[in-house]
Amino acid sequence: MGEMRRVTAICNGSVIDHIPAGTALKVLRMLRISGHRANPVSLVMNVPSGKFGAKDIIKVEDRELTQEELDRLSIIAPHASVAIIRNYSVAEKREVDIQKELVNVAKCTYSNCITHGNREPQPHRMTIISSDPLQLRCHYCGRPQDMDAIIDNLL
Amino acid sequence: MVADLITMDDLTNEQINTLLNNAEKLLPAAKGDEYLPLLEGKLLGNMFFEPSTRTRMSFETAMKRLGGNVVNLGALASSSVTKGETLFDTMKMVDGYCDVAVLRHPRQGAAQYAADACAIPILNGGDGAGHHPTQTLLDLFTIRQAHGRLDLNVVMVGDLRYGRTVHSLSHALARFGANLTFIAPPTLSMPEEIIQDLEEGGANITVSEDLISNLQTADVIYMTRIQKERFPDEDEYQKVAGIYKLARNDLRDVKESMILMHPLPRVDEIHPNVDDTPHAAYFDQAFNGVVARMALLCHLFDVAIPGGE
Repeated sequence: MGEMRRVTAICNGSVIDHIPAGTALKVLRMLRISGHRANPVSLVMNVPSGKFGAKDIIKVEDRELTQEELDRLSIIAPHASVAIIRNYSVAEKREVDIQKELVNVAKCTYSNCITHGNREPQPHRMTIISSDPLQLRCHYCGRPQDMDAIIDNLL
Repeated sequence: MVADLITMDDLTNEQINTLLNNAEKLLPAAKGDEYLPLLEGKLLGNMFFEPSTRTRMSFETAMKRLGGNVVNLGALASSSVTKGETLFDTMKMVDGYCDVAVLRHPRQGAAQYAADACAIPILNGGDGAGHHPTQTLLDLFTIRQAHGRLDLNVVMVGDLRYGRTVHSLSHALARFGANLTFIAPPTLSMPEEIIQDLEEGGANITVSEDLISNLQTADVIYMTRIQKERFPDEDEYQKVAGIYKLARNDLRDVKESMILMHPLPRVDEIHPNVDDTPHAAYFDQAFNGVVARMALLCHLFDVAIPGGE
């Protein structure tokens, strides 16, 4: 029996590929995609990948992810790519573009940073010190970010 | 001209040297022996969200000795901070009232946060366990006054983890070629990222827990207080409180020229019987806060100092 197609092709929307295995639910959270939305979302986890051994894939119907949304994934899925599907064909392809700074992606992992102050309105800003492996420092307090803990601080 | 002073990275070595040279020229005015109204009409906002004696008073003295004026946030209990006002809103107000502001805040990063919110220059007067660059200017001035140079053996002792004075000072001294020895218990050791930054800059660093064996080779010993207010609980504080103390007897074999510094306030790190030895530099150091901050304020407002650079 040949490889069974795990999720059917979508007519219009976005396919996010090369998500690190087991992190698809976090990616949904980062993209602010919740079960309350009307668009259908399909998700496969831990499928074999030639490049990474295993990976997750997300298909979001009737929504085209922007480059800005994709760049938010650089903390947990720096190698992710998005295919924008229109009428069952790939219309555009995008990859995570790691910028110098991440704005309003995650809150500083240092609990005494000013950004943890009550209702402070300025954006959360992380300076990228290194892209591979990803190393961040808070723009305000200058502390290196705990890359395990920062997953819990995603905005 | 400096826009903001958040960390010592905001000043070049050349600018630091100019500031120290100008501070020297401002000594008579700082002592009140001459009146030098270079900053007449300028207003400084003293925004202290944490207790301070020396930083707040020396900024106020510096401004007034130069003919400028000062407004204070005052006691937090009597300000709108107790009503839940954000730092952003408070600083936006000061931005309109003053020409420059000094900010001290218990949270790290507060000075950069305020600087991003304000058009006027923001001077970091201490942000949590972060930085305290204006203290570093007076520390460098004190060291240079005693030794004539900065490429010395400097031993920093005590709370190096939460101590913002040593964070800023170590960055600056490393740039001037000093050999740095960090003495602290493991729970209060210098943060890893600071050591990493210093080593990447080529600094020569020694880490130890033993103070006594490092006294003889020191040109400068910089004692710090174990800061009770930064500990999450009393038990942790009690484990390390009083761990490093120096009294007159401990200084028998030190270099004759060695100076003992402390950003103050002290608790029991330096016994009062050291005060009248030639090594005690901490009260001169506190006075130097006025002259160093006068030089910085003149620099900020781009005002030429008579005989200065």
